[in-house]
Amino acid sequence: MLSYLPLLIIVLFGVGAFYASRARIGAAPGQSLPGLPGHYGWYGTLWTVVPATLVCAAWAVIDGQIIRNIVLSDHSGLSGAEATLLFVSIENAAAGVMTEDVPMASVELLLKLENLSTAARFAVVTAVSVLGFFWAWRRIRPELTARDRVETALLVALFIASIIAILTTVGIVLSLVVETFRFFQLVSPFEFFFGLEWSPQIALREDQVAASGAFGAVPVFAGTLLITVIAMLVAGPIGLMSAIYLAEYAHPRVRAVIKPLLEILAGIPTVVYGFFAALVLAPSMRNLGVDLGLTISSESALAAGLIMGIMIIPFVSSLSDDIMTSVPMSLREGSYGLGATASETIKRVVLPAATPGIVGAFMLAISRAIGETMIVVMAAGLAANLTANPFEAVTTVTVQIATLLVGDHEFDSEKTMAAFALGLTLFFVTLALNVVALRVVQKYSERYD
Amino acid sequence: MTSAAPTAISSQAAANRLLLRRQRAERRFQLYGILAISAAVGFLIVFLANIVSRGYMGFVQTEVQLTVNFDEELIEAGSYRKILRTSLAERFPDAGSSRAERRALTGMVSAGTVFVLRETIAADPAIVGTVQDVWVLASDPVDQFYKGRIDAALPEGERPISDASLARIAALEEAGRIALRFNRSFFSRGDSRNPEEAGILGAIVGSALALLVTLAVSFPVGVMTAVYLEAFAPRNRITRLIEININNLAAVPSIVFGLLGLAVFLNVFGLPRSAPVSGGLVLSLMTLPTIIISSRAAIRAVPPSFAEAAIGLGASRVQAIFHHVLPVAAPGTLTGAIIGMAQALGETAPLLMMGMVAFVAEVPGGFTDPSTVLPAQVYLWADSPERGFAEKTAAAIIVLLGFLLVMNGLAVYLRRKFEKQW
Repeated sequence: MLSYLPLLIIVLFGVGAFYASRARIGAAPGQSLPGLPGHYGWYGTLWTVVPATLVCAAWAVIDGQIIRNIVLSDHSGLSGAEATLLFVSIENAAAGVMTEDVPMASVELLLKLENLSTAARFAVVTAVSVLGFFWAWRRIRPELTARDRVETALLVALFIASIIAILTTVGIVLSLVVETFRFFQLVSPFEFFFGLEWSPQIALREDQVAASGAFGAVPVFAGTLLITVIAMLVAGPIGLMSAIYLAEYAHPRVRAVIKPLLEILAGIPTVVYGFFAALVLAPSMRNLGVDLGLTISSESALAAGLIMGIMIIPFVSSLSDDIMTSVPMSLREGSYGLGATASETIKRVVLPAATPGIVGAFMLAISRAIGETMIVVMAAGLAANLTANPFEAVTTVTVQIATLLVGDHEFDSEKTMAAFALGLTLFFVTLALNVVALRVVQKYSERYD
Repeated sequence: MTSAAPTAISSQAAANRLLLRRQRAERRFQLYGILAISAAVGFLIVFLANIVSRGYMGFVQTEVQLTVNFDEELIEAGSYRKILRTSLAERFPDAGSSRAERRALTGMVSAGTVFVLRETIAADPAIVGTVQDVWVLASDPVDQFYKGRIDAALPEGERPISDASLARIAALEEAGRIALRFNRSFFSRGDSRNPEEAGILGAIVGSALALLVTLAVSFPVGVMTAVYLEAFAPRNRITRLIEININNLAAVPSIVFGLLGLAVFLNVFGLPRSAPVSGGLVLSLMTLPTIIISSRAAIRAVPPSFAEAAIGLGASRVQAIFHHVLPVAAPGTLTGAIIGMAQALGETAPLLMMGMVAFVAEVPGGFTDPSTVLPAQVYLWADSPERGFAEKTAAAIIVLLGFLLVMNGLAVYLRRKFEKQW
């Protein structure tokens, strides 16, 4: 509770500063001001709140490290891991969990330092807040261009918000690249990208030796490809024909009903599809296989691929539909004028004109299928079979990432690092597909606008 | 048919045949379109019907009425188990007193009945020393049989319920002491290892907490980014970089966000595993592009004349945007936020990495408590072998789809209500 006190102080002071600063400028003799009284209020608030918040945040980041160093300075000559272990046990003892062999002097020191830090943070934050307020207070005069200053601060805040998107990308790339780099120090990239055997679990059991687990990812990539191909065999024709019918034949009222209905398919959570694929479709397909004399594995690539195909129908149909509707009417009219039927016009005129956009739509759908996780986690298998038989179980990149990383374990085995390497591959493949797809779509739309 | 006929009559006939063929091709082509749409819509219908038919029974639960003697001595001794056993033995006097028989009797009711009895007494101490009729949950096999999911015609060894239990159920039915009642514990409890006691309140609360974090982070940041890009950003490299970035982020597979969360939020920042705060942060990064893109569209849809009029009257650009453009664009940004939240609600894969797919029996009480979310609960139950969990899974899916329907409905309503052509 005590740790929230500085924040409470900041909020209260901020509110107080607003009214005080506004009142101060209100008390000045009536003249035209370079800002509304509220701007002066905000000016005071900003000076009271922002520096104090920054100090508070910095304190929270730094103080743990400083305390740790002071406490551990009594115990020189420890390795990094030993020091961490010792500090954790000291912390536990301080929190009231009794652990053996803890130097009580250090525990007391830790408690003392933590109390000191809390008190000092409270004092410093309050002081910075008050100082900030008086800094602003002295400067609040009718000559102060309060509106400009407050608005500049706001623009800076807006810019920082928009940087978060870039930071996210940087975070993704960095975290993936760092782990992948560590992975490639243990397992050669050549083995990873071209090896034919994938059995990361063995490495866990036999422990330590990097060579004992097999990290050849080709079967994983092949499984992903197989399921994606099945999915596109479903989603491609159905999505494209739906789009053609909706764009070229359907009455506007029919279209207004059917289009959202199809889009529902994209809005259903993938875990629900996974449930359907694993518990409804897969068992009935296996029974069907028994009747037909086929061996269909209960975790077949076919079940996962079929359901995934249905999920991505709207990704194909919506975008293709938009592209076809944007093909100019004059092209169709020209074709009709020469005596072509509607289907001939579509096949010979509309589709060729829309091809780049449709290719883009397919690429986006493929990238969606490659990155999809829950359906394959639930309905496809874990065994990395290198096969093109859709009735067998295959595994995918996303399944492997999920299974390698779920559960509590240390994040320095090659098993977990392999997951990051797979993640990096996935990230770049989907990114490339998207960039190319967007390029293609954009290029097309320029042609008729 | 392919050879060109020399005479006028036969060429006329050939043209007619060709025309017929072309018309047939035309009809065939249209038919393919209709078939494609029917396949997609048909699947949707079959899919939803299947889920509902599997799940609706999850909202009711078989309960058994026992006559319980809340014996004071036994309660003081804390032997609630004995109280239960006595009342079961009284109900079924035919059962022997061997260990196996006694176990079969207690197996009729849920394993948690003992705790329920204790809670009943704690809630109302006045019943101590009295004899009461109490409805308790039936065990999973009894429940599944009573719902007709177990075929009594199978030989005894092949079904999870014995002949003796079947006879007892028949006796209970005759006495009117077994019934399907609304499954309150489904909505008032957390997860459990016993399917009859498992509830989704824990998952609903977990989802709500995670979504609150997501909303608190991604809505302000998303709207601020959209305002910046639409109204203030100079047309330069950095702006283009930000825009390209946002579009690419929207297409990054969700599991990659899970990897980011695992590496950065859990391992670098040391946020708690399995907690709504960490899960919510990952979801907020994931929904950010959705909110930014729809907010930008909403802001762009406001005619520039609004801002121009305000500026003409002496407002600054900031004032014009924040006082006049943003309020008009608010329904659009809100719609985007709701759609983003709906996406986040259905997302499982990144939370898998954040440890939110875990057995959590307690209903979480705060942002740092271990918790799970609705889709994760679906995933967990779908993996459980007990028969009762299959219908619980489908019931949880119905609840999840219900929430999504409400959210998307709200978004559509907002859009319809406030959509204006200026």
